[in-house]
Amino acid sequence: MAADSATVEHEEHPTNFGVSNEKMGMWALIGSECLFFGAFITTYLLYVTRLGDGPGPRDIFDIPFTSVSTFILLMSSLGMVLALAAIQEGDMRKFRTWTLGTALMGLTFLSGQVYEFTVFVEEGLGLTTSPFSTSFYVLTGFHGVHVGFGVLMLLALWVASFSGHIRPTKKHAGAVENVGLYWHFVDIVWIVIFTVIYLIPAE
Amino acid sequence: MSDLDQEQEHHPTVGQYVEIGVILAVVTAVEVALFYADIPRQVTIPALLFLTAIKFLLVVMWFMHLRYDHRLLTRLFVAGMIIALVLFAVVVAITLL
Repeated sequence: MAADSATVEHEEHPTNFGVSNEKMGMWALIGSECLFFGAFITTYLLYVTRLGDGPGPRDIFDIPFTSVSTFILLMSSLGMVLALAAIQEGDMRKFRTWTLGTALMGLTFLSGQVYEFTVFVEEGLGLTTSPFSTSFYVLTGFHGVHVGFGVLMLLALWVASFSGHIRPTKKHAGAVENVGLYWHFVDIVWIVIFTVIYLIPAE
Repeated sequence: MSDLDQEQEHHPTVGQYVEIGVILAVVTAVEVALFYADIPRQVTIPALLFLTAIKFLLVVMWFMHLRYDHRLLTRLFVAGMIIALVLFAVVVAITLL
């Protein structure tokens, strides 16, 4: 049938290890991103006590606010795995709900970060105020950019599910899993940032 | 049956995902409580790092399925982590010298 043949997918080409190339590529990206964020966290820890004339971590960090943001990002990871479970079970309604919910939680986190940055700048912590401020904004800002890319990918999956480009097939579930891997990586980076930068500030 | 089939069959259930989510939320609440607790830093810092490691491993092993996936993927991830830690150690050593 013409309609059926039009929807026939290309055969997957797993690597010699039985893992799809896309998944292997995503894990290679994640491995390299570990070095990327490791460099920024190292830089931050080196400069955290070099405050110049600007405020320090204990003067500006709003732990209750950041704790709520952290909780939202953690729960977005739960939303992501529930979206993956839904498409693997063939439940596209649940998949759309959890994918959109995860994207909205990501957007909420990003909004919180924009608000936090605005407050910090008003309190005198600009990008070039001190080595501490520069390393803080670069680290958390790059993390925010990663969250932004993640939100875009999630929204793309959500839209594609309506147009039929994402369907409950093994191949498309794999694509969702790969986006999920990226999303969870962004989450674990924040798990480290929340503790090392916010909860363990320098004396 | 391919390894890929076996991997998908061994993903956690929805119930297990929710349990992990609840644990992550509780551990985060404990971390924040430790921040405000009147406890010496010599105690809170190791405790916070330990709790962070638990959260990190829960997400990586269960949400990212490394517990169930091919070992090669774990090696790709661990290689990145090791290089990052070596970079940290080298930079700290150079700074202190």
